Amino acid sequence: MADFTLPELGENISAGDVLNVLVKVGDTLAKDQPVLELETDKATIEVPSTIAGTVTAIKVKAGDKVKVGQAILSLADNGAAASAPAPPAPAAAPSATPPPEPPAPAAAAPPAPAPPAQTAPTLVRSRDAERGEAAPAERVRGAGASGVEKDNVIDIARGPRHVVPPASDAPSAPAAPSVRRMARELGVDINQVPGTGDAGRISVEDVKAHAKRLITAAASSPSGGSAPRPMGEPLPDFSRWGAVERQPMRGIRKKTAEHLGASWATIPLVTQYDLADITGFEEIRRRHTKQAGAGAAPLTVTTLAVKIIAAALRQFPQFNVSIDMAAEEIVVKKYVHIGVAVDTDRGLLVPVVRDADTKSLMQISEEVAALAEKARSRKLSLEEMQGGTFSLSNLGGIGGTSFTPLVNAPEVAILGISRARMEPVFKDGQFVPRFMLPLSLSYDHRAIDGADGARFLRWVADVFEQPFLLSLQG
Amino acid sequence: MIAVQVVVVGGGPGGYAAAFLAADLGLKTALIDPELNPGGVCVYRGCIPSKALLHVAKLVTEARHADAWGITFSEPAINLDKLRAFKNQVVARLTGGTGLLAKSRKVQYVRGLASIEDAHTLRVKLTSGGEETVQFEHAILATGSVPAVPASLRLPGGDDPRVMDSTAALDLPDIPPSLLVVGGGYIGLELGSVYAALGSAVTVVEMTPGLLPGADRDLVDILAKSISRTMKAVLLNTRVVQMKAEPAGIRVTFDGGQTGDAVFDRVLVAVGRRPNASVPGLDRTQVRLDERGFIVVDDQMRTAEPSIFAIGDVVGEPMLAHKASHEGRTAVEVIAGHKVVFEPQAIPAVVFTDPELAWAGLTEAQAQAAGRTVSIAKFPWAASGRAITLDRVDGLTKLLIDPATERILGAGLVGSGAGELIAEAVVAIEMGATASDLKLSIHPHPTLTETLMEAGEVFFGQSTHVYKPKRP
Repeated sequence: MADFTLPELGENISAGDVLNVLVKVGDTLAKDQPVLELETDKATIEVPSTIAGTVTAIKVKAGDKVKVGQAILSLADNGAAASAPAPPAPAAAPSATPPPEPPAPAAAAPPAPAPPAQTAPTLVRSRDAERGEAAPAERVRGAGASGVEKDNVIDIARGPRHVVPPASDAPSAPAAPSVRRMARELGVDINQVPGTGDAGRISVEDVKAHAKRLITAAASSPSGGSAPRPMGEPLPDFSRWGAVERQPMRGIRKKTAEHLGASWATIPLVTQYDLADITGFEEIRRRHTKQAGAGAAPLTVTTLAVKIIAAALRQFPQFNVSIDMAAEEIVVKKYVHIGVAVDTDRGLLVPVVRDADTKSLMQISEEVAALAEKARSRKLSLEEMQGGTFSLSNLGGIGGTSFTPLVNAPEVAILGISRARMEPVFKDGQFVPRFMLPLSLSYDHRAIDGADGARFLRWVADVFEQPFLLSLQG
Repeated sequence: MIAVQVVVVGGGPGGYAAAFLAADLGLKTALIDPELNPGGVCVYRGCIPSKALLHVAKLVTEARHADAWGITFSEPAINLDKLRAFKNQVVARLTGGTGLLAKSRKVQYVRGLASIEDAHTLRVKLTSGGEETVQFEHAILATGSVPAVPASLRLPGGDDPRVMDSTAALDLPDIPPSLLVVGGGYIGLELGSVYAALGSAVTVVEMTPGLLPGADRDLVDILAKSISRTMKAVLLNTRVVQMKAEPAGIRVTFDGGQTGDAVFDRVLVAVGRRPNASVPGLDRTQVRLDERGFIVVDDQMRTAEPSIFAIGDVVGEPMLAHKASHEGRTAVEVIAGHKVVFEPQAIPAVVFTDPELAWAGLTEAQAQAAGRTVSIAKFPWAASGRAITLDRVDGLTKLLIDPATERILGAGLVGSGAGELIAEAVVAIEMGATASDLKLSIHPHPTLTETLMEAGEVFFGQSTHVYKPKRP
């Protein structure tokens, strides 16, 4: 059994008139549940209980004048209901003013719990000029006060109720919807942006300035996100030997330079060469082109190569990985996405054919044609160039007998293809003309051993010679 | 077969807003709905027809009230057929408009009911007969909600036209001498007001202790006063335990605050709405429902199935047209590749009774429940020149203000035209405006908008028309 006495209500408030008693004998009272509506000479307030229990007696009634410390209710402690140990008698509470609520940065803390029980009411209503206008006859009390039935219907929307409950006491960032949206597009957490406007309001400029600071900070920090730039030796003054023009290195060229520079600097690269006899495939390809007619996606060496590599990666999963040196782990990918290098007027782009191992040759043909077209017409999205697990670079359309492709990190291998040509091949005791395709496989020696490289490339060449093997093995 | 980038299932205000934006963004779009034109519950049998009737109801009430100003009209003669025709014409005009807008945007409008085949295929049972398959990259489910009728409010002997839901009541079958409205939420109060103005003796029964659960009591109290004059009775804390069809009417048994039984010519059941997630084949996808039957979505309106989004009443409260249309536009922008989320600071809610009641952002009840410290500034309309000229001082404008930053966190209004006034508060909350901002923005005189400005002044204890010095 405990008494709830009128707690400190705020500075210079020592008493008030009871307007309403909000509970009755027998009610189960939760901590912080309002029990009294009290009019003081400063404000009308609802006084929350500082303790939980069952009401056994009410010692005041509407119209009474009560003083701080005066007993209001008697409560029987019903054990479980009082989850928290009852706080010390309210009279012993520090002279309590409403808890100072610092306008903490939104990200700061988990939702603030209800203020400590012995502090003053959390909600102070100004004295209303309209008092008396609305007789508070029927009022729904705070949480848990009304006996809302839990059966069938009451849970369903009964009125335009407001959702989006305040997540925490910290108000959300003071920024207009357009500013919040721009921050999101830039990837900036609006709650972290210091506002320079009145009352800390955040402007478009504030968001931009914050984004800039983030970027500079990331660039200057040693673990910053951008790739190390191989600067090389200082350059001589080229104009000593003739006229020069300096062009800014922009967009794709800059990206390529950084990316391949980093790749070259970190990957111990091995390249192996082989020749695939594609006489048979060439015949099929020609026949298909004639039959399919104009408009159909062409069957090409690139298309077949994508299909074969996809199958090969299923056979040789160690080629479908990335290396995480920091974690000393090998990331084995369970998906097969093949990047196809495309030469554009702006430079090299590598769109990705997703899940190439599950697609038919015709599907791949169409997709490669569509991606190449997108790349050339500058419609490729960033997303379409991400997530590759292995790359393919076919320079055969231009020429050359062989070349060393560079691994497209963080992948670990890449296949280069040069121009196929008729060569004399010694077969069954004589030289016969065969259409031979030069292949070059470069790989990251940290992840792949030489013998595996040779096996992989031989497997690829075999399937080029006998595409039928695809249906057996792939 | 139809192949589109975006298909929207449900042509309500959320669905058609989504479909229209998708088309505007250059996406190939189809919209599926059984009605002749887009519009959904809101336009066909919800917000719009009820507002047409409420406008008429307000006119009737004002004409009666004019007696106090020395102008006396005779009792209105009500031609129900003509009134119904007006309401239907309002609906036809608006839905015709949305139909035309769909056509101009080349949104493919498919009349029928959709079922889901798989995460990229819908089957539509066409209203004209036959079936159509729709292949899609992304689908937006905007199937809305339907009136909820709990078992206890069903007649034992089967349906009786005298027991109506909101749809039936909007059809104005007749003006019953007596009408019981079950449910003191906004639908019950709005439709009850219409029938009361047309001459029915209306009784409202509500099982909780107050009307409009969820709204702040000080606002509701002012509305309740007016309701108590226009309605025959308001029974609070009272449940309907049984209904029986009798030749003379529907016998209704009450329990709780009021016990006993009474006979009514008609009964309107308006206890709420439930989400309509009963799309056949939904179980063939990864889309999940919560325990209350709402489709679970994230703040980008994505369901658990990557190709399927959901918006509007079917994803959660508040079940409001304007929430749905904003969610719909968010979903489309996400589909179009924009990095956006649905993150309103305030969703306004309006009850179109007389006086109207509206709120936005934080409510006093929420602040209290969350134990959040707020300052509250109130401006009673008795101090508004405009309200006095209208002879409508039954109003109150209230601001909830963060005492530390002086930002406006919420607003509540009751009074004539409150539904229009709340929009200013929404902009203020979204813009992070402070009480000073409202105070310093010049509002036209004499208008009711000044009550918002002066509520801002009240916060500083400097309201011109309310003398209430700031507490020391």
